[in-house]
Amino acid sequence: MSLLLAFYNAYSTLILFSGVAALLALSIYVTLMAGQLSLGNAALATIGGYTAAILTRDHHAPLWVALLSGALLATTVAIIIGIPSLRLRGVYLAIATLAFGEVVRVAALNLRITGGALGLVGIPRLATFWHVYGTLAAVAFFFYRLERSRVGRALAAIREDETAAQAMGVRVTYYKVLAFAIAGFISGLAGGLSVHFTYIINPSQASFGEAVNILTFAVFGGTTTFLGPIVGGIALTVLPEALRFLREYRLLLNGAILVLVTIYLPQGILAPHLWRWRRARV
Amino acid sequence: MAVFLQQLVNGISLGSVYALFALGFTLVFGVLEIINLAHSAVLAVGALLAYTLFTRLGVGLIPALLGSFIGTGLLGIAIDYVAFRPLRIRQAARLASLISSIGVALILVNLGQILWGSEPLSYPPGTVPLRFFTAGGVTVSLLQIVTLATTVALLIGLRLLLTRTKVGMAIRAVAENPTTASLLGMPFDRVVMFTFFLSSALGGVAGVLIGMLLQGSVSPFMGNAYGLKGLAAIILGGMGDITGAVLGGFIIGIGEIMIVQYLNSSYRDGVAFGLLFLVLIIRPTGLLGQRRGREA
Repeated sequence: MSLLLAFYNAYSTLILFSGVAALLALSIYVTLMAGQLSLGNAALATIGGYTAAILTRDHHAPLWVALLSGALLATTVAIIIGIPSLRLRGVYLAIATLAFGEVVRVAALNLRITGGALGLVGIPRLATFWHVYGTLAAVAFFFYRLERSRVGRALAAIREDETAAQAMGVRVTYYKVLAFAIAGFISGLAGGLSVHFTYIINPSQASFGEAVNILTFAVFGGTTTFLGPIVGGIALTVLPEALRFLREYRLLLNGAILVLVTIYLPQGILAPHLWRWRRARV
Repeated sequence: MAVFLQQLVNGISLGSVYALFALGFTLVFGVLEIINLAHSAVLAVGALLAYTLFTRLGVGLIPALLGSFIGTGLLGIAIDYVAFRPLRIRQAARLASLISSIGVALILVNLGQILWGSEPLSYPPGTVPLRFFTAGGVTVSLLQIVTLATTVALLIGLRLLLTRTKVGMAIRAVAENPTTASLLGMPFDRVVMFTFFLSSALGGVAGVLIGMLLQGSVSPFMGNAYGLKGLAAIILGGMGDITGAVLGGFIIGIGEIMIVQYLNSSYRDGVAFGLLFLVLIIRPTGLLGQRRGREA
């Protein structure tokens, strides 16, 4: 037990980052379930992070109030950008959401309440292992249920063929906006959690690179089941640390892994055919 | 008025570089309907190649531009071979190509770091002599003229290539419909290879020109700032549309300069992307794009 504790103390930040990465990967997975590629999640997480940070740092709100407020604000923004964006498909939706992220970044850079380019510093350390992994467990359970529910099947129907789904009576717009809202909530939570163990937040967290990272988590892990994004988020957060001995060649290998996985493992590392014990599902 | 004209000149020279960069994006999108996010890393490699040619070999501007053009062009072919061809053969989803191009971008930036270091490098002074011409209160530097001349020459060259030559027509035929073009005997693989060569070569030259406009400061990371602007330009103009990409590049270049002059410099990116978001919502096909039956 003490060994475990020592391990945790040495790597606590990395372990917490992995949990947040898994949450962010799940937030992009929910829109992918409906076949919508949204790259605005980093920006939504930033909105959640700023909100939560301002509440705990300046108004001494309890952590759960701050997290919930951040998540709800991110959900509201997700719905507001989701409704017009749903006219767009595929690459166009991806780019519109990227543009949204850029607008959030520039807004955070210029607003007084967000502290400009420096961002907010001195955020109290409130998030612990249990907060992060408790949230992750709850969200994972939510997805476990979601995939087997009416909503999950509706999302899958929209992903496979939007027109057919509509003809079958699935309310396409409603479910797409719902997926956006859930994505907003989860990324808002993730953003709020991460600022309470990194102590700082700044506009760069809404950047293009972060948005791409989140997508990479989900694709690397695989988007066949909700376990994929969780594994992908954790693996890709730990990998750069595990590869530290490679020093300057580290990112090189990271990139190579990304290329190789997309080419040879199109369904991610959790592809059903790689893990026979898990029955392949459609 | 003189200020406006001056800024217009500055905007045009910046916009011409954006246009050049956006062209590379749009060529690949037009032919294969994939977004090559490694394009911004290619821009950095082009700029760094020119740096090596300037400092190690001491060549002049034209050989350096030519060297970057050919070097990044060949790099483009290699990128296609490694990251896109295997996916194309398997007929994977377009999302897969996007992600594998992100991987290539990581590899290239990291390689650039290993070969050239992470510090910003400066082109030797006097690569383009510091000379200014003034007319009617508007000052134009020789550098701006060289930039604009290079861009216009490349644009005209590309235009002629696509409309007058056999390979250009093959590119347009494949862009229109790959299956039919292959059935009619167009060498699909060679067309794609040539497209990647052209696209990356234009990106490399854009990198050299951007490096010079930025007082010769080049680094492996310089592409990051331009990747999104290039995307914004091709969406503004209409995805896959050559004229649209050029128009989009100029609008963004001039718009940025004007926002800095008349509004607030820190809002420059926000306004550009706010505009982009609006264009996508109101007219997703862009300014010049035609509504296509297929989905991107």
